[in-house]
Amino acid sequence: MSVELDVFVGNTTIMDEEVYQLWLDGYTVNDAVSIRMKSGILEQFGTTEDVLESDTMDHYRTFQMTERLLHHPSKLVNQVLFQIPPHRQAMLIERYYAFDEAFVREVLGKKLSKGTKKDLDDVSAKTGITLKSCRRQFDNFKRVFKVVEEMKGPLVENVQCNFLLSDKLARDYAAIVFFANSRFETGKKKLQYLTFEDFAFCACQLIQNWTVGAVDNMVEDMDVDLDKEFLQDLKDLKILITDKDMLDQHKSLVCTGLRGKIQVFNEMEGNFKNLSRGLINIAAKLTNTKDVRDFFIDLVEKVIEPCKADRWLISDVRAFLTQYTNSARALDGFKHQAVWERYMCVIKSCILKMYHD
Amino acid sequence: MPGKLKVKICAGRHLPVMDRASDLTDAFVEVKFSNTTFKTEVYPKSLNPQWNSEWFKFEVDDEDLQDEPLQITVLDHDTYSANDAIGKVYIDIDPLLCSEAATVICGWFPIYDTIHGIRGEINVSVKVDLFNDLNRFRQSSCGVKFFCSTSIPKCYKAVVVHGFVEELVVNEDPEYQWIDRIRTPRASNEARQRLISLMSGELQRKIGLKVLEMGGNAVVGYLQCFDLEGESGLVVRAIGTACTLDKISNTSAAQLPACNSPSKEIKEAPFSEDPNPNTHSSGPSTPLKNQTYSFSPSKSYSRQSSSSDTDLSLTPKTAKSPKGPRISLCPSSPTLSSDFPTLINPFQLHLGSGTTHSLTPPHSGHASPLVLRKSVSFSEDLLLAASGMGSGGSAGKDGGHLKTLLRQQTQSALEQREFPFFTLTSFPLGFLIHAGGVVSARSVKLLDRIHNPDEPETRDAWWEEIRQEIKSHAKALGCHAVVGYSESTSICEEVCILSASGTAAVLNPKFLQDGCLDCYSENRLSRQPTFFSTGSEKGEFDFFLQSKDSSSMLGLEDTSPPSCGFCHIPYDELNMPFPAHLTYCCNCRRQKVPDVLFTTIDLPIEAAVTGKGCLIQARLCRLKKKAQGEANATAISNLLPFMEYELHTQLMNKLKLRGMNALFGLRIQISVGENMLVGLASATGVYLTALPAPGGIQIAGKTPSDIAYEQHISNIQKKINDTISRNKELYEIHPLEISEEVIGSPIPEPRQRSRLLRSHSESSDEVSELDLSHGKKDAFVLEIDDADAVEDILSLLTDAPLPTGFYSCNTENMPGIHNWTSSIQMFTTVRVFRLNNVNVTNQGLNKCFNDLCENLLKSLYFKLRSMIPCCICHLNFTVAVPEDELIQVAATAVAMTFDKDQSQEILKSNTAPMKAISENEEQLQFPMELSSDSPSVQTFPPSKGTGLLENASPQTIQGTSRAPSLDKASPLAEGHLRLRSTPSCTDSTVTVVKMTPLSFIPGAKIIKYLGIINMFFIRETTSLREEGGVSGFLHTFIAEVFAMVRAHVAALGGNAVISYIMKECVFMENSNKNQAQCLINVSGDAVILIRESEQEGVPIQTHGSTNQTPQSGGAPVS
Repeated sequence: MSVELDVFVGNTTIMDEEVYQLWLDGYTVNDAVSIRMKSGILEQFGTTEDVLESDTMDHYRTFQMTERLLHHPSKLVNQVLFQIPPHRQAMLIERYYAFDEAFVREVLGKKLSKGTKKDLDDVSAKTGITLKSCRRQFDNFKRVFKVVEEMKGPLVENVQCNFLLSDKLARDYAAIVFFANSRFETGKKKLQYLTFEDFAFCACQLIQNWTVGAVDNMVEDMDVDLDKEFLQDLKDLKILITDKDMLDQHKSLVCTGLRGKIQVFNEMEGNFKNLSRGLINIAAKLTNTKDVRDFFIDLVEKVIEPCKADRWLISDVRAFLTQYTNSARALDGFKHQAVWERYMCVIKSCILKMYHD
Repeated sequence: MPGKLKVKICAGRHLPVMDRASDLTDAFVEVKFSNTTFKTEVYPKSLNPQWNSEWFKFEVDDEDLQDEPLQITVLDHDTYSANDAIGKVYIDIDPLLCSEAATVICGWFPIYDTIHGIRGEINVSVKVDLFNDLNRFRQSSCGVKFFCSTSIPKCYKAVVVHGFVEELVVNEDPEYQWIDRIRTPRASNEARQRLISLMSGELQRKIGLKVLEMGGNAVVGYLQCFDLEGESGLVVRAIGTACTLDKISNTSAAQLPACNSPSKEIKEAPFSEDPNPNTHSSGPSTPLKNQTYSFSPSKSYSRQSSSSDTDLSLTPKTAKSPKGPRISLCPSSPTLSSDFPTLINPFQLHLGSGTTHSLTPPHSGHASPLVLRKSVSFSEDLLLAASGMGSGGSAGKDGGHLKTLLRQQTQSALEQREFPFFTLTSFPLGFLIHAGGVVSARSVKLLDRIHNPDEPETRDAWWEEIRQEIKSHAKALGCHAVVGYSESTSICEEVCILSASGTAAVLNPKFLQDGCLDCYSENRLSRQPTFFSTGSEKGEFDFFLQSKDSSSMLGLEDTSPPSCGFCHIPYDELNMPFPAHLTYCCNCRRQKVPDVLFTTIDLPIEAAVTGKGCLIQARLCRLKKKAQGEANATAISNLLPFMEYELHTQLMNKLKLRGMNALFGLRIQISVGENMLVGLASATGVYLTALPAPGGIQIAGKTPSDIAYEQHISNIQKKINDTISRNKELYEIHPLEISEEVIGSPIPEPRQRSRLLRSHSESSDEVSELDLSHGKKDAFVLEIDDADAVEDILSLLTDAPLPTGFYSCNTENMPGIHNWTSSIQMFTTVRVFRLNNVNVTNQGLNKCFNDLCENLLKSLYFKLRSMIPCCICHLNFTVAVPEDELIQVAATAVAMTFDKDQSQEILKSNTAPMKAISENEEQLQFPMELSSDSPSVQTFPPSKGTGLLENASPQTIQGTSRAPSLDKASPLAEGHLRLRSTPSCTDSTVTVVKMTPLSFIPGAKIIKYLGIINMFFIRETTSLREEGGVSGFLHTFIAEVFAMVRAHVAALGGNAVISYIMKECVFMENSNKNQAQCLINVSGDAVILIRESEQEGVPIQTHGSTNQTPQSGGAPVS
C-alpha cells in the first residue's frame, strides 16, 4: 500500500515555524523529517514517522507555493490564494529575508552578479550552509538590490516599503545594497575579524552622512552613491598634513587636550603624524573608486592596527579622535570646517565600531 | 422583462504577463449574460489595468436571471492573431434576486483558468433591478431563499415546515460529446463548468417554484449533487426542505415583506387543485390497531422469504438465492431498520428501464421466471407498503387487496409524490417527538443514455422507488416521517448505486401547519393515520399505543421531558418491527426506550447526555470480480447487504467498546469500483442518559476444547474489557445514577437469544418475551470462528486512542462540549492510496483501508496539535474508488478549540441541557431574548493566540459592524460600504473570510444570510510534474477553490461561509502523459458575522487602520 496523493489544505494556511526554518535552511524533506524526529516530536505527540513525513511534505508544498509571492512581499499581502493572518505574513517575510551571518560576510561588497552566484557552492562548502539556502539569500540580496537601486528617497525606507521588512532587517539590507553598489572590500584577511553588524553600522553612517541623500533627499540613487562633490572637497583636507605648521599646531593642540587623559599618551604623541597622515590620505583618495573599495582596509591598516599595536584602549581611541576632530577647528587658516566635520564624524564612529578584537 | 442586470468592470490586478516581448498585457474584458455580450476597451500594456467601464445593462427574464451565470472573460488583445483568454469568472447572481440576501455583488474575483488556475483578479460590481412579476404562470421563483444549513437558519424562525422538495435535471456531458475530440481541453472544461452552472440555476429555480407552490418561502437543508454518469450524461439533482421562515429581527411581526408577495398570491392556487387526500385519510378514528395490518416488514414478507431470512443471517451464501430476502435484515439493533432492496435490484432495474426481457440471475438461471414474477410482485408490494400504510388500512398480506390498494394508489398519485421527508438534521425545540431509528435503502442501476434530457423520467423513477422504500420503512417503525434525510450515488462505469437514508421519526404537527392558513400541510398531516389526528384528550403515552382509540399526541410534549422524549419508541411495543430490547426510560422512568439508538440527525440540543461523544467509524472493503453490465450489477447487489450488515456490526461493536449507547449523524457510504466495494460508516457515538447502560462485549470461541485457545480468548476478552473501561474514563461516561447492571459484571452470561448474528432471526413471538427483561442485561457476543481472525477483529475494533486533548465527531454539536472559544480551523484533506497487488484477500484489503483511515486521522491530530484542547467537528470522510487499486478518502471538517475547565464544570452541574434549551427557544420563537441569552451563558476567552488559528481579526470586526443597519431601509447592504469605498484601490487588503462545515461559528452571531454559494470547478494540467506532482496539483487546486469561495463571499459583503461542504472531488491522473484533471464541487451559505462580545453599534472607523497604507505598499504588520 502506498500513498499516491496526500494533501491537507486549511482555510487559514497552517504554517509551522520550525518546518519553515528547515525549509529556509534548504533541507530536503527527508532531512527535515529526521531533524524533526530528533527533536522528540514523535514521542511528544505519540505519532509516527509517516505522519511526520506527510506533515512535512504539506508544509514544503505550501512554502513552495508561497515562495513566488514572497519574492514580492507586497503581493503576499494582497494575494487571495492563502489566507494568512497579518502577523504570520510578517513572520514569513521576515524569515524569508533573514540571512546567515556567515553567508553575508562572504558576499558583502561583492558584485551581485551571475559570476558570484556561480561561486555559491564554494561559499556553501566553506560556511556549511546548504547551497539552496545560499541561493535564496543571494537571490534576496540581488532582488532587493535591483528594486531599490534606482529608486528615489531614503534607502532604508525604500527597502522597508517594497519588502515589508522590519526596521532592523531593512537597515541590514540597506547596508548590503550600499556595500554591493560601491563594492567595498570586506573579504580580506585583515577584515575577517569584523562582523556584519560592524559593517552594517558603518554603512549606516556612510549613508547618513556621505551620500547625496545626506544633503538632498529627492535625488535618484541618493543613498546608494557617495556625494561626489563632498569627495572632491575632501582633497582640501590635505592641507592638514601638507602644511607643516598646521600639522604641528594640530599635534600640539591634541597633545594639550589629551595630556593625562589617556594611558597611551606617549605612544600617541609619537605616532600622531602617522595617524593623521593616514586619516587624511584616506579622505583625499576617496575620489578614486578603487580607493573607495579599500576604505575599510585602509582604516584598519592606517589607524586601527597601529593603535592596536600600541595597546590603545577603545576609550583612548575615542578620546583621541574627539580631540583630533575638535582641535582642527581651532587651527588658524583651516577653512574646511564643514567638510571636516562631515568626514570625521563618520570616520570616528566607524573606527570606534571596528576597534575590537 | 422583469429584470435589469447591471455590470461594471472596474479594474484588474496581478494579471499574468501575456506578451513575452514587453512583459506586459493588453487586457480587455468580455461580459456575457445569456446571449448578450459587452466588451470593455483594451487597457494597453499593464498588469494592473483600470477599465472603469460604464454600467453594462442586460434586460432579461427573471427565469434567465435564475438560470444563467454571469460570465466574465478577461482576454489579452492581440492585433495580428486571435486574442488569448487569460481566464474567466462565473458569478451566480441568484443572491441578488432575493431582497433579503445581498443587494450588490462587488469585489475582487480571482480570474480562473481551467489549465493555469488563478491568474490575477478582477474587480466587478453587479446589481439587479428586479420588477415584481405577478404572473402566476411564470416559471421563475425569485425570492425563495436557499440555505445549505440543515438547521433553521439562526436569524429566522420557522413558521411552517412544509416538507420535502426534490428535482433533477439531466443533460449530456460535454466531455463525452463528439465535439470534444476536436476542441481544446480548456474549451471542453469551460463548456462543462458553464453547463453545470446553468443546470444548477435551473434546478434551483424549479425547486423554488415547488416551494412557492407549497406556500413556502425558503429551502433549508438544500443539497445539490452531480452525478457524472459519463457516456450516459450528467445529472444534477437536489433535495431540500421547504419552509416558511420569518425573520426574527422583525419584531413588528410583520408578515413577510414585499419579496414574498408572489408566493402569497400563488398560495391559494395549488390547494384548490390539490387532489383531496381525504379519500383515505380516514381521520382520527382510523383503526391503526387493526390487527390485520403489520408494521413489521419482516412479518409482512415472512411468507415469501422467511426461510432465506433466517439463512441470510447465518450463512451468507444462501442470500444469493434469487428469492433474495427483501426487508429482512434488521441486524440486532432495534433501531436500525436497514434493509436490502438491492438484492432484487437487478430486477428493479429492468422494470425501471421499461424493457421487457428478463434478466438472467447469475446463480440460478432456471429460477429466472420465478424471479421475473417476483419482481413484479415486489413493485406492487412496494407501492402497497407505502400507500397501504399511508392510508392506515390493512396492508395486504396477500394479493387479494392488491387491486384496491393499487387503485387507491393511483388515485393519490399526486399525493404519492409527496414524501414526508426532511433534510434537516437539527430542529426547533419540540419539533421532533420520537426518533425511531435509521432507515436506508440502496439500489443498483445500470446507466443508460438519457435520450430526452427534457424528461428525465428514468432517473426520477429510480429515486421515486428508493424514496417509497424509505417511506415504507419509516412506517414499519411506526413513524410517519423521515428526518435527517439524504441521498447519494456512487458510479463506476455503467453501474450506479443509489442510496438514501434518514431517521424515521414522529414529528410535532404544530410545526408542520400554520393554524388554518396552511391547509396544505394539514391535508398531508391528516393523511398520516392517527398519529397526527388533532384529537382532543391528552392521551397518556403509555397507553397510547395499546389503546384502540388513537388518542392524540398533543399532550406529548408536556408529558415527556424534552431531554429524553425523542428516545422513546414510536412503534408498538407488542408488535415491534424487529426484536428489540426495551426498558423503561432511565430519565423519566415512564416510557420505553430501546437499548441502542441509531440516527442520522444531530444530537438534539435538549438531549440529556452523559460524558462526551466521539467519532465512530466502521470501514470495510470487499473484493468483487470484474464484470460488465448486468452481471456486474447483480454481483454488486449481492454484495451490498453483507457489507451493510458488517458495517453495522462493526459500528455496534465499536459503540459498545466505548461504553456508549447511541449514534448520531450516521452516514453509511458504499462506493463501487471496478474490482471492489468500499464501505465507510461514520457516526458520533454518545451515551444518552435516557437509554440503559450498554452491556459489554463477550468473546466466544468456537472450539472450547483447546486450553491454549481458551487462554487466548480470555486474553482478548481482558483487552476488550480494559478498552471499555479506559474509554469510559476518556469520554467521562459516568452515569449519574449507576444502575446495578453497570456495577455488576459488564459481561453477563452470554445468551443464545441475543447472539449478534442471530438476533434478527427471532420470530416476533419471542419478542414479547424479552419485554421488561431489563434485569438481565445482555452482553454483546462476538463470535470468533477462526483463530487467525482474532487479531484482525481486535485490530479492527480497537481504533488507535485519541491523543490527549483531542475529541472528534461528525455532527454539528459535540456532545459534552459547549464552551467553544473563537478559534477555528477549517480544512480539506484528500488522500489517495494505491493498494499493491499483495492484498488480494478481503482481510488484507480491510486492514489496508482501516490503516488508511486511521493514518489520516492521526495526521489530522498531529497537524492540529497546536489547537489543543480542541474538537474536530463534522469530520466526515468521503470514499471513492477512482481506479483499480486506488482508494480515495477526502474530508472537510473544522477544528475548534474549547475551554477545558469550563466544559467540565458545565458538565458536572448538568446545566448544559438547560442552556441548550434556552438557546434553542431563543432562535425559534422569542427574539426579544436574543440579547440577554447566549452571551451570559457563554463567555469566550481570548483565543490561545497560536498563529495558525483563525483569530478574530480586525477585518472581521470591521466588515460586520453594521448590524444595526440591517433594516432594508438602507439600500446599501451592510458590509458593502467597506468594499465599495475602495473598489479600485489595488492595495486594499483581502477580506478575511471564515469557513466552517457547521451552521455556526463559535463566539460569533450571524446577522445576515447572503445566499448560497454553489460552485463547480474543473482544473486540468498537462504539466503534472512541473506543478509538484499529483499532490502539488491538488493542493494548489483546493487552495484556489477556497480562494474563489472566499472572494465570492467577500463580494457579497459577507465574512464567513457556514455549512460549507465539498460535495464532489473527482481526481483523475495519467502520470505517464504528465496529465491530471480534477473536478470539485463545493457549497455553503454566505453570511455576515459579528462577534458576540461586540457592541452592535461599533463605529466603522477601524477602516483606515486595517487597510495597508497604499502608497508605501503597506508597512510591515507587527
